[in-house]
Amino acid sequence: MSRINWRGAASVAGFVLLWELLVRFGGGRFEGIPTLAEVLRAFGDKYLTNAQYWQSWIVSFERVGYGFVASQLLGIPLGLLLGTRKIFHEVVYPVVELLRPIPPLAWVPLSILFWPTTELSIIFITFIGPFFIIVINVHDGVRNIRKEHLWLARSLGARPRYIFRRIILPSLIPSIAVGMTLGIAVTWNVVIAAEMIASDVGLGRLTWEGYVSHTATTVIVGMISIGLAGYLSTLAVAYAEKKLMPWRK
Amino acid sequence: MRMVSAATELASRASRSKEASAGGYLTIRNVGKTYDADGTCVEALKNCSIDVKAGAFVAIVGPSGCGKSTLLNMIAGFDTVSSGEIYMDGRLVAAPDLPPQPGPDRVVVFQNGALFPWKTVLENVSYGPVRQKVLTRKQAKKRAIDLLRQCGGLDAVAGSYPAQLSSGMQRRVEVVRALINEPKVLLLDEPFRAMDTVSKTTMHQHLLEMYRICRKTIVFITHDLEEAIYLADTVIVMTTRPGTIKHIISVTLQRPRLPKMLFSHDYLELKRQAAESVHAEARKAFDRGEREQA
Repeated sequence: MSRINWRGAASVAGFVLLWELLVRFGGGRFEGIPTLAEVLRAFGDKYLTNAQYWQSWIVSFERVGYGFVASQLLGIPLGLLLGTRKIFHEVVYPVVELLRPIPPLAWVPLSILFWPTTELSIIFITFIGPFFIIVINVHDGVRNIRKEHLWLARSLGARPRYIFRRIILPSLIPSIAVGMTLGIAVTWNVVIAAEMIASDVGLGRLTWEGYVSHTATTVIVGMISIGLAGYLSTLAVAYAEKKLMPWRK
Repeated sequence: MRMVSAATELASRASRSKEASAGGYLTIRNVGKTYDADGTCVEALKNCSIDVKAGAFVAIVGPSGCGKSTLLNMIAGFDTVSSGEIYMDGRLVAAPDLPPQPGPDRVVVFQNGALFPWKTVLENVSYGPVRQKVLTRKQAKKRAIDLLRQCGGLDAVAGSYPAQLSSGMQRRVEVVRALINEPKVLLLDEPFRAMDTVSKTTMHQHLLEMYRICRKTIVFITHDLEEAIYLADTVIVMTTRPGTIKHIISVTLQRPRLPKMLFSHDYLELKRQAAESVHAEARKAFDRGEREQA
C-alpha cells in the first residue's frame, strides 16, 4: 500500500480521457452523455455539501454491511455442515441447488411481502446475494482439506474437537476468503438494484432518481459513487484477508 | 564443528530417551489390503510380512501403485488392514477388526509435505508435544528451537511460515516435527520425490545425519532404487499390484554413507542385482497401465 500504483493511475486517467474524447468527437450516440467536467460541476453544485447525498453513502454501506455479515455468519456454518455431514448434505443440498440459481432480485416481491419494513427487505436481498457464494465456497473448501493434515493432527495427539477448531477451520480460511471477495461485489450489485425498486435513500436510489428525472450527470455521479463504494469494500475485505491469513505472502 | 557438538549432545539425549522408550521394532504379519469402493474388489496389497529391527533403516521400493504408501498408512494407523496384523514392539496396532489408531510413536513425513501452512515453523514443530500435553507450550518451544538448531541450523527460520521456505527445508522441518515426539518409528513416504538431483543429494546427507544422531527405526518408501540402496540397511522390493514382497536385499555398505560410495564397486553391484527385479516389476506395471488405457 505504501507505493503508488502509477500504472493503475495512468489507466484510470486514460479511461477518463477516452470518455472525454468519445463524448466530444464520438458523434450521435454519445451526444446525451455529459463530460467529466460537467459531472464534476454537478457534483460540486448539488452533492458535495448535500447531507442527503452523504447519508446515501452511509445507508448503502449499512445495508451492504448487514447483509454481507449475515450471509457469512449463516453461510459459513451451512457450507461446513454440507461438507462434513453426509445425511445433512443429502437432505439439504438439493434445496440449495434449487434456490441458488434464482437471481436475488427475483426475491424482491416476496421479500417486501414478508418483511415488516422496507429496510429489512433490502437487507434480506443483500443477504441472499453473497449467501450462496459463501456456502458453495466453504462446501468446496471442505472437500479440499488435505487428509494428510487431519491424519497428522491425529497422530500427533490432537482430539477431534481440537481438530475441528485448529485444523479444519484454518484449512477453510482460503475458501472463505475467496467467497468473501466474490461476495462483496455481488452484495453491492444487489443492494443497488434493491434500492432502485424499494427505497427512498441510498446510492442506488440516487442513480435511479437521476434516470427518472433525465439527469445524466446525477446518474453518473451515482455510478461513480457506487464504483468507489464497492472498491472501498473490496479493500476492506482484502485487508481482513491479510489479517486472517498472515501465512500467505 | 557446531554440527559435531550438536550431534554428540543429541546422541546422549537419544541414548537417555532410549532407556525411557526402548524399542522400535516393527512386525508386519501377512498383511493384505482390499479396496471395495464401487463393488469391484481391488487387491492393493497381499500377504506382506516384514520384520524391522529396532533402529534399522528399511527402504521399500516398488513401482507406482504397488501399495507401498498403503502399507505405510496402515503402519501409521491412517488406514485399516483387510487381513494380517501389525505389531509395534510386540503390541498389536493394526488388525482387521481393530479401528485404526494413529499415534505419536509412528509419525509420517508425506511426499507432498504436510506442514500446517497457517502455523510458523516453530508452531509446527512444537505442535505434537503440546497437544499430547507432555510439555508445556513454553518448554515445547524451547525444545523445538534446540532441535531445529541441531538439525543444520533450522532455528534461523523458526519464525517463518512453511510457504516461505524451499521444499527441501520444508521437508527437513517436517522430519524435525516428527522427531520431537520421540517416535519409535519414523515413516517417510517418498519425501524427496519432487526434488532435483542436487537437492536430493543434500537431503540424503541431512537425513543420514539425523538418523546417525537419533537412531530411530526408519521405514522409507521410494520408487528410486539408488536412493534406497544409498540410505538403507535393508531394501525391500515389492511387486506391482497386488503388492507382495519380491526380494529383500541386505545393504552391506558401511556407515557413515558418503556420496563417493555411489561410485564404489559394492554399491554398483548391489544396484545391478536389484535393478533387474525392480525394472521387471516397473515394466509389468507399465504394460498393465498401457492395457488399462487401451
